[in-house]
Amino acid sequence: MTTATRTATGPVHVTAEVLATKSVGAFHHLSLVAPDVGERSRPGSFLAVSVGDGHLARRAFWIHRVGPMGGHRAVVEIVVEERGAGSRALAALPAGAPVAVTGPLGRPFALPREPVRCLLIGDGYAAAALTGLAERLRERGCGVHLVLGGSDDAHVLEPLAARRSVGHVEVAVGDLTAAVLRALPEVDVAYAAASPETQRFVADAVAGTGVTCQVALERPLTCATGLCHGCPVPVLDDQGDPHVVRACVDGPVFRAGRVDWEALG
Amino acid sequence: MSDWPFTNPVLTASGCGGTGRELAAYGDLTELGGFVTRSVTLQERPGGGEPRIVESPSGLVNAIGLQNPGVVGFLRDELPPLVDLGAPVVVSIAGHSLGEYAELARTVGRTDGVIALEVNLSAPDPLGSGLLDAREPFQAGSVVGSCRRDLRADLLLLVKLRSDVSRVAETARAVVEAGADAVVVGNAQPAALPDGRAGGLSGPAIRPQSLRCVAEVARALPDTPLIGCGGIMDADDAREYLAAGARAVQVGTALFHDPTTAFRIAREIGPQTEPPAGEDDR
Repeated sequence: MTTATRTATGPVHVTAEVLATKSVGAFHHLSLVAPDVGERSRPGSFLAVSVGDGHLARRAFWIHRVGPMGGHRAVVEIVVEERGAGSRALAALPAGAPVAVTGPLGRPFALPREPVRCLLIGDGYAAAALTGLAERLRERGCGVHLVLGGSDDAHVLEPLAARRSVGHVEVAVGDLTAAVLRALPEVDVAYAAASPETQRFVADAVAGTGVTCQVALERPLTCATGLCHGCPVPVLDDQGDPHVVRACVDGPVFRAGRVDWEALG
Repeated sequence: MSDWPFTNPVLTASGCGGTGRELAAYGDLTELGGFVTRSVTLQERPGGGEPRIVESPSGLVNAIGLQNPGVVGFLRDELPPLVDLGAPVVVSIAGHSLGEYAELARTVGRTDGVIALEVNLSAPDPLGSGLLDAREPFQAGSVVGSCRRDLRADLLLLVKLRSDVSRVAETARAVVEAGADAVVVGNAQPAALPDGRAGGLSGPAIRPQSLRCVAEVARALPDTPLIGCGGIMDADDAREYLAAGARAVQVGTALFHDPTTAFRIAREIGPQTEPPAGEDDR
């Protein structure tokens, strides 16, 4: 197993091993033995996988869970939805297969200092970005209300497991906007991992309410490591001037008010 | 010419190493022959629309649009951390006019911590990018002449040409006669994204063409140091370029697939000790 470890924090590039795979609803869960990736991961971190076979671009996945498994200290679990050749190849990997992994990547969620009331909005497999966050918020004494969405039941990520670990879970199949609007008046902070449309809806809904909101943006990535400048995110600075930053290293988590949603398209 | 400043024959390719700080997470920049920055323009450029990069067989087609903070922002925010890391910095420049190229060369040439200047004359879509059209050898020579005029004599001047087999030797001769110290052969090839926008194809798909171009230029200009670039994924690929006549190589697209690639190849090939034959004749 090769490991490129430069520093005590930050990403590493390793040859990981698929420890276990399982299908849950519409998704494939992969458990990876990826030295140092799990240990360094924080809520909102993601990793990048090379799928090989002439595919040069990386495939990026939220780090869903980190924990002990099969004698390993920090096994990383990711959630894969088959969308193209790369994710299909990855979903088909058997246990024991080697896979090149870089992670943990990106700026994670900022956690509140006080025990505040939090609304977490997770749509489809993107809800994987919120699993570790919910646990960390609970540890800090925060109230957690999780709205889990999905196009159908099979695309709602693990509602039963979420109910075991999160205070209040509401499943909203199809359209989760009504559930979000009902919950917002009761919270101080919102976190959204969903489609850009849903995230923009949340950003608009919290504007002017005093609720602070962070979004975990999922953009098409090529290198996922900050090298290629292929994942532009238009943002507005405090003066309202536009800038273009990278989703992979300047994000993927952004303050909702910083994103120029009109220009994001 | 000035001394060859690259202690290892493996450099990164422009636009493929982020600002350098991101790449430094995966290896020691001081072990590379050079870290070539993204192409810097006089004014800030926000870059192009999405998608900016799509996969094609054994390649990527990119239309980044030369996103960069402009030379002032670059010298203020991006160069100092690179110098602090001890990186052997090569600054790539791209201009909209002869005057801009000259100003960029003058400005960068005055800056400490830069070991070479790379004049980018091979953007895959110069006209669409608003850059000076330097596709003709005469124009390319004019750009290089305007850069050389005000540049410190001890700063190595590289010129990066695209791998256009039919013109590359002629263009290389023109830029060397105009004052280039070395020629970088190979950049993303003009291509189109699936939606028809202009872009550049890079990766192993273009390696055979770049290799041919290196061989052509090496034959035409045997005394000019060449740096080969295009689709290098491992040390064997790099050795092909060295065997074809390149004195060094640039690794680009492979970094997007595995950010440790350049460091690994640099270690496998090792530092350069022997100057190639013929250099003393210059």
